[in-house]
Amino acid sequence: MSLDVARIKKDFPLLSRTVRDGKELVYLDSGATSQKPYQVLDAERAFYETSYAAVHRGAHALAEEATIHYEDARSAIAGFIGASPSNIVFTKNATEALNLCAYAFSNATALSRQGAEGRSIDPRFILGPGDTIVISEMEHHANLVPWQELCAKSGATLRWFSVDDEGRLDLSNMDALIDATTKVVSVVHQSNILGTVNPVRAIMDRAHEVGAIGIVDGCQSVPHMPVDIAKVGADLLMWSGHKMLGPTGIGCLYGTSEILDAMPPFLTGGSMIEMVSIETSTFAPAPQKFEAGTPMVAQAVGLAAAVRYLEEIGMDEVAEHEAALTAHSLSALTAIPGVRIIGPSTTFERGSTISFVVDGLHPHDVGQVLDNLGIAVRVGHHCAWPTCRRFGIPATTRISPYIYNDESDIDRAAAGIIAAQKFFGVAP
Amino acid sequence: MNLESLYQEIILDHYKHPRGQGLLAEPLGSAHHVNPTCGDELTVEVGLATGGGLVVGYEGQGCSISQASASVMTELVNGHTVEEAEAVRLAFIAMMHAKGAGEPDEDVLGDAVAFAGVAKFPARIKCALLGWMALQDAEIQSGLMTPQSNEKTQ
Repeated sequence: MSLDVARIKKDFPLLSRTVRDGKELVYLDSGATSQKPYQVLDAERAFYETSYAAVHRGAHALAEEATIHYEDARSAIAGFIGASPSNIVFTKNATEALNLCAYAFSNATALSRQGAEGRSIDPRFILGPGDTIVISEMEHHANLVPWQELCAKSGATLRWFSVDDEGRLDLSNMDALIDATTKVVSVVHQSNILGTVNPVRAIMDRAHEVGAIGIVDGCQSVPHMPVDIAKVGADLLMWSGHKMLGPTGIGCLYGTSEILDAMPPFLTGGSMIEMVSIETSTFAPAPQKFEAGTPMVAQAVGLAAAVRYLEEIGMDEVAEHEAALTAHSLSALTAIPGVRIIGPSTTFERGSTISFVVDGLHPHDVGQVLDNLGIAVRVGHHCAWPTCRRFGIPATTRISPYIYNDESDIDRAAAGIIAAQKFFGVAP
Repeated sequence: MNLESLYQEIILDHYKHPRGQGLLAEPLGSAHHVNPTCGDELTVEVGLATGGGLVVGYEGQGCSISQASASVMTELVNGHTVEEAEAVRLAFIAMMHAKGAGEPDEDVLGDAVAFAGVAKFPARIKCALLGWMALQDAEIQSGLMTPQSNEKTQ
């Protein structure tokens, strides 16, 4: 069953506006951030209008209601990936969630150096020279820079899976790359630049064989395909709310109970404590241990509405719709002489995000011509600069459709690319 | 606002037929600048000719706006004194921040007035400024110019 895109589009008020002197908008930048349906906007507004108050403190009626809304949201969001609510931590965004993970290691390492009287520090989080951290060459900067910093602070060494010409991870040396020295393996589920869907289960299994902690960046997978955390097999998995129809300002971190308990906190302060004296403090159990300060309550309510919206459509249907769009995009783009796809050339294990370069044209200039036609795409290195370097290019143009796009949007983008070639006189 | 107002003929011409491209045999100073939002990179080198005029060369990769701007820049500053080049540079920066208001001085900016339309596209201003910012850095590196703390460099 295919999606009724025309009906879905009506739920998204922004998509009915025009841009650049009255041109109909074609929004193909959902990999960067998605648009929001009325259901999400209304849920957030209704919460502010009827039940807003501080959560997890205060004994008045509103505080109670707000707390119920907040925790109900956590349950709905946890259920979306088949997790329990106590295994979901809310963060500002996925980048913060990844930093939360990286800082668990640097904090544990620093605490162990101090002796940290009375604190039990899990040795799996203590890093030093000789230890390794394994990522891949297709990571978003958010799953790269925090690990570089952790290596710089701890003396650990960064290793990575390389990417082949087709945009797939080279797993041939996995057993050598992930070995007894490896403390962390953190890889992306679906690449935000190449569209590649990685075999994360096999990588997580290898990480666990050597006793390493396995992390999966789910920013581009959770919004676009059914993700069952039990099948992924990660100890920690994070994604952002705004890429799946939810508000900005909220990200989610899934962690197994055992790992969340073992991790030292990241941000500290109010709401995350158990007992505080002037000399020292103890911490609340997860997830509260990782939610210092007033949390993103209204955003959680909005994100829960986004989850309900997607569940009503069905994530299998979303994935099927995107698979069809991917097939259409790949054939429409490769039909244009001078266009080269950066990433898998077939729909196999591939998402609908498609990067490409146009011979003789810089991605910025392609994007500018498309923008002039009302078509919003992303240009640049997509926060995956090492991936661009791997392919010897400074940048790409990227289309990333979602549930509100159909084949006509892809066709308009394809026509725009041909218009760009004509404008710059580089049509082959 | 249309494409032609951004991509003036002069800009497209400099993009397709860049002038002043290439690094110098004996640079006095060199600066490598990147545009971190798009990954464009440009190295600008400065030296002095026997007559005392500036010699500027560049190498890099980037969009039509950044490459054409560097090309136009070399035409406007080569052979001129450091002070003359700086007057052009400051006029170019001012034009980029004018949001399309006011008439740029063609006597000072020459072909670079073609970039006036870029100022209406905020995402592209950095592209146009890439070479000119690298020029300033290269001049400071070379000792031909002293850093001015009060200058607006964005």
